[in-house]
Amino acid sequence: MNSVRLKFGKYLRTFLDLFLHDLEVLTSDLSHRSPGKPSSGAPGKPSSGAPDKPSSGAPGSGIFLKAFMGLFLRDLRVLTREFLPFLLRVGMQPLLFLFVFTFILPRMATGNPMAMGGGAPGSGMDFGTILLPGLMAVAIMFSGIAAVALPLSSEFGITREIDDRVMCPLPLWAVALEKVCFSAMQSIVAALLVIPMAYYIPAKPVVAHVASWLLLALVLLLASLLAGSLGLVIGSTVNPRQIGLVFSIIVVPITFLGCVYYPWTGLLKNIKWLAFAVLFNPIVYMSEGLRAAVTPSVPHMPWWAILLALVFFTAALGRWGLKGFLGKVLS
Amino acid sequence: MNLLIVEIENLTKVYESKQRVVAVDGIDLELKQGEIFGLLGPNGAGKTTTISIATTRTLPTSGTVRIADIDVVKHPAYARRHIGVVPQFNTLDRSLTVYENLYFHCRYFGFNHGHAKARSLELLKQFTLSERKDATPAQLSGGLAQRVQIARAIAHRPTVLFLDEPSAGLDPQSRMAMWSAVEELHKEGITVLLTTHYMEEADSLCDRLAIMDYGRVLALGSPEKLKAVLGARTIFNLKLKSQEGLEPLVATLKARPGVTSAEIMADGLRVIASSSDGLLSELVQAAAGHGLRDLNITEPSLETVFIQLTGRDLRE
Repeated sequence: MNSVRLKFGKYLRTFLDLFLHDLEVLTSDLSHRSPGKPSSGAPGKPSSGAPDKPSSGAPGSGIFLKAFMGLFLRDLRVLTREFLPFLLRVGMQPLLFLFVFTFILPRMATGNPMAMGGGAPGSGMDFGTILLPGLMAVAIMFSGIAAVALPLSSEFGITREIDDRVMCPLPLWAVALEKVCFSAMQSIVAALLVIPMAYYIPAKPVVAHVASWLLLALVLLLASLLAGSLGLVIGSTVNPRQIGLVFSIIVVPITFLGCVYYPWTGLLKNIKWLAFAVLFNPIVYMSEGLRAAVTPSVPHMPWWAILLALVFFTAALGRWGLKGFLGKVLS
Repeated sequence: MNLLIVEIENLTKVYESKQRVVAVDGIDLELKQGEIFGLLGPNGAGKTTTISIATTRTLPTSGTVRIADIDVVKHPAYARRHIGVVPQFNTLDRSLTVYENLYFHCRYFGFNHGHAKARSLELLKQFTLSERKDATPAQLSGGLAQRVQIARAIAHRPTVLFLDEPSAGLDPQSRMAMWSAVEELHKEGITVLLTTHYMEEADSLCDRLAIMDYGRVLALGSPEKLKAVLGARTIFNLKLKSQEGLEPLVATLKARPGVTSAEIMADGLRVIASSSDGLLSELVQAAAGHGLRDLNITEPSLETVFIQLTGRDLRE
């Protein structure tokens, strides 16, 4: 068992090394191609060692791109060090949810209203099918918050660890954007992890069918950026000591009221006032968006409304989070 | 080559919260290439605020700071390439090792993998940190952490290095090590701006000094010049049992040649004199009637200059 784990760790490390290397080649390519920068320095000479003075005040965007990639690589390095905890963190909740509600409960003789499905019985809409997009949304949101809010709130705290990264040659908004992008990447991985689980665990097979890959990609990307922005808001406005409280009074409620465990159309049919009240909850659009993309057989909101709302909430939360971030690093 | 590296013009920072605090009150400073410049002053004098503005972490209320001819308010991201900062507190990245702290710092500044690696290893060697390269910042002592911070600050070869209270919280040995590190960098031609409230540090390390208090620059010049121009004087602090009837004594003292000032303090008398010949015995005799309890003599130094300028001790 141990040797298997060791081997796995080794493979993972090799894979990540290769990945880092590829990123590096990519970024150096990009920055060499960018205008305003000498196309390529003599090989032995560190072109970046002695930063060239911006005589006209505009030294190509290459330096910004490299700084951005530097921040990204740093986050990637920290993540690889905690890869197993990362997998456990993002995987445990959907795993248990699927196991309890789609594996254990359906096998219980008495039957359970949830296990029968939120929709009409016999319509092929079992709970697993409803749950899959919802759990993907939850995975996206939780990893977004865990990847931005938790580290940020501690880095803003007493150690001020963020200072060195804030001092890199990059506009401050881009430092915040890097955090959001990195968390979006984690969110996408987390969401994709749910799919194999939903395939193997439920007693009754999940009816998943991707009608439009473009829609899936768009929803995944927007939902992940939205989650990162939400994390930015929480991380930069909440006192580190109160971050636990925020989880129980904000994160958990918006998850439970986020149409994760039931489709929005179900709410609209049965509890109208709640259906309208939850429209202010960004998680609704994440789960409904994934529903539209992954399990279109379940009734869902129209795709254009979902995309519009996702863009709107990402922009609004991003703006708010950026304001908080600037407030914290710039006095 | 008297190239100006840092130009601070009429810099003001006012914090408008419940209480209006003028942290920096119209400062003008110019740093020449390759010099070690010290901001000397008590806590709350505005030193750290000045450095924060110059290093793009605080926005000024008015005035400008230019570093290597780049306006730090208008182009902070560009200016940062010329700036190395050693902050007052340990801000090393706790999630990374010592080596990685240096390596990723280089990456932030656009070094590719090979150069970042080479530069980090070179710095580890230069600061004799090679053995601790895989340690995490939490495992380092204060002195070691400070050394890593200096190494990190100069990793991208900045034009100017800012050190905010570099010896605060360091033991004497680490302080000496830090001084010699700064002197080494000075030899390499880097410009250094440091804040301190340690007189010896300012006196022995700095080429030029600005003495600050209440957000203003009170005096500016080399330590020698400050001592000469402001007439480095001996300060006699007398602690007396009774304060009554001191006025005639003060008047006679003031009239005495060599005495610059004599004033009544809360617990006695402070006499500042340019020549102390025979003054000591006179003072003891005169003060005997008032119940002399203690006498403290401060020899001419930056400290006496400072006390003369601000009327208070640095440690107060």
